[in-house]
Amino acid sequence: MPVLHSAPKIASNEGVLDALVAALGSMVVASKEEHGEIVLTVARAEVENALRALRDDHGYQQLMEMAGVDYPSRPERFDVVYMLLSVTKNHRLMVKVTAAENTPVPTVTTLWPNAGWLEREVFDMYGVIFAGNPDLRRILTDYGFEGHPFRKDFPLTGYVELRYSEEDKRVVYEPVKLAQDLRSFDFMSPWEGADYILPGDEKAAEAASPPPVADKKTTETKADTGAGDKANDKAAEKASAPAPAKAEDGKAPEAPKSTDSRPEKGDDK
Amino acid sequence: MSMQLETSPTTGDEVITNYTINFGPQHPAAHGVLRMVMELDGEIIERIDPHVGLLHRGTEKLIEHKTYLQALPYFDRLDYCSPLAMEHSYVLAIEKMLNLEVPLRAQYLRVLFAELTRICNHMMNMGSHIMDIGAMTPNLWLFEVREDCLNFFERASGARMHSAWFRPGGVHQDVPLKLLTDIADWLDTRLPELFGDALSLVVDNRIFKQRNVDIAIVSKEDALAWGFSGPMIRAAGIPWDIRKSQPYDVYDRMDFEIPVGTNSDCYDRFMVRAEEVRQSIKIMKQCLRDMPEGPVASTDRKVSPPKRAEMKSSMESLIHHFKLYTEGFHVPAGEVYVATESPKGEFGVYLVSDGSNKPYRCKIRPTAFSHLQAMDFMSKGHMLPDATAILGAMDIVFGECDR
Repeated sequence: MPVLHSAPKIASNEGVLDALVAALGSMVVASKEEHGEIVLTVARAEVENALRALRDDHGYQQLMEMAGVDYPSRPERFDVVYMLLSVTKNHRLMVKVTAAENTPVPTVTTLWPNAGWLEREVFDMYGVIFAGNPDLRRILTDYGFEGHPFRKDFPLTGYVELRYSEEDKRVVYEPVKLAQDLRSFDFMSPWEGADYILPGDEKAAEAASPPPVADKKTTETKADTGAGDKANDKAAEKASAPAPAKAEDGKAPEAPKSTDSRPEKGDDK
Repeated sequence: MSMQLETSPTTGDEVITNYTINFGPQHPAAHGVLRMVMELDGEIIERIDPHVGLLHRGTEKLIEHKTYLQALPYFDRLDYCSPLAMEHSYVLAIEKMLNLEVPLRAQYLRVLFAELTRICNHMMNMGSHIMDIGAMTPNLWLFEVREDCLNFFERASGARMHSAWFRPGGVHQDVPLKLLTDIADWLDTRLPELFGDALSLVVDNRIFKQRNVDIAIVSKEDALAWGFSGPMIRAAGIPWDIRKSQPYDVYDRMDFEIPVGTNSDCYDRFMVRAEEVRQSIKIMKQCLRDMPEGPVASTDRKVSPPKRAEMKSSMESLIHHFKLYTEGFHVPAGEVYVATESPKGEFGVYLVSDGSNKPYRCKIRPTAFSHLQAMDFMSKGHMLPDATAILGAMDIVFGECDR
């Protein structure tokens, strides 16, 4: 696909992926090139070795960023993504490991000192533990905060709110009370990808399909009521009242007279 | 403040060994809400532990609950000194995933205003850096320039600071010709005059130099290892500028120089920014000279909404408008990391899409994180008042650092 966008142009990805996969060998679990980005997934235990090899042998000198991502449906629900930059080759690379809450990721503070805060942030936001990080404190959340707010199962509103209490002369923490429910709009088109039942379709969803019928009943004449012979006979003989007969002179019957007395129109005083 | 008392082995008197003091979180030189726990030996800094996060608003989490377009204004509120530079990374990330072509005029407009943002940001930073050191006047003059920049933003977008003007596919609205001519006049007359005057007061000033030269020297190796970017890495002598090496929009058509430092101290960082302002003027003049006529937003109606007038006569446009402002556009599944050269350094957006109309994850790379983290080793052995100079030369804004 030709590149139409005007995002930053890095050096060509041509052959880079194959070369790196070959060089890192068994450390690489998966690799892909998508949207012009090379993503290597490496084994968790090997991440430090893989990144050291990338830094020392392949010229990715800088660790620009680390990001956590949460996929709650997976057994190892977290991704930790390392964004590497090579200032000599003018190239960027993403390296990924997966982790669960109880599987520590080896630290890379041994390779880049700035990984310290980046790992602290991923720990703070997702609860991924980095084995070997000398200072794995929370970084962005409040002192004494509980929970990991960027997990997908952490509510957007959080659990506690704080205010200054005039009586206690200090800031107090209280459970979140919302005067109005947090509004969450779902603008997804109902024809594609809606995972809820449309209003009015509730019953259709309950009885997924009606039980099959051996001989389908059809109504071809008025007498086929489908309610047994007796009803059929009755239906056959009964006819609805005929249309009112037209007046002799061909005029339509007049509208009935009004029952209440009203002043005549144009009878202004 | 806590004091540790010890008995001197020679005299038997009680002597003070180390102080621990809190710098901030409410301190004018902390450039926002930064708390630094400093361990001092007399007036010498032994150790600094910066506590960040006092301005953490959960922007990234909020973005996960908004459509792509609704998430855009959050970026203005990150680094509120250079709002358009923040938007730039985000819209480019979306465009990269959509592989969306942006009309040439929109690319020129974006570069023009990104550079205006750079000037605006540097005015703020250099002014406050100077003021942290103790000089008053230059800051007032530089704020005049900043005010001009904000007026230009207002005339382009309607908002002085939180413009939300860059959109996926281009910019929101075209600018009037008069605005462009006014910017050109301003670049020729008022800006160089005010900027030159303000700098003439400090660049050769003895006190200013004494406070900045040889303060917080960072080697090239350290700058790379600590993930420095922007003026911080250029002051260390590495000519690394994303606008030059990984050009985006029409930066590859621009002719400009990358200033680098020689000594890698606070004075170099200041002077790199000063020269960047002059280079920005150069880029803006080229933009004004070369900018073509044409549309300012993509004509792909599945991403970029039609103009209001068009909606009045075209059913199709009305439908597109309705769909874009309710459901929004869908972005193909995948992940990208797009970084641009914001005035403070590399500002990156790591965007994960699951193919829906909302980002699955949007990680923002703040420039301040790696710089502020280096505060500890940069300040070690310096005097307490040097901390403000180091901080001023780093250019930290907490809206972006804490997100």
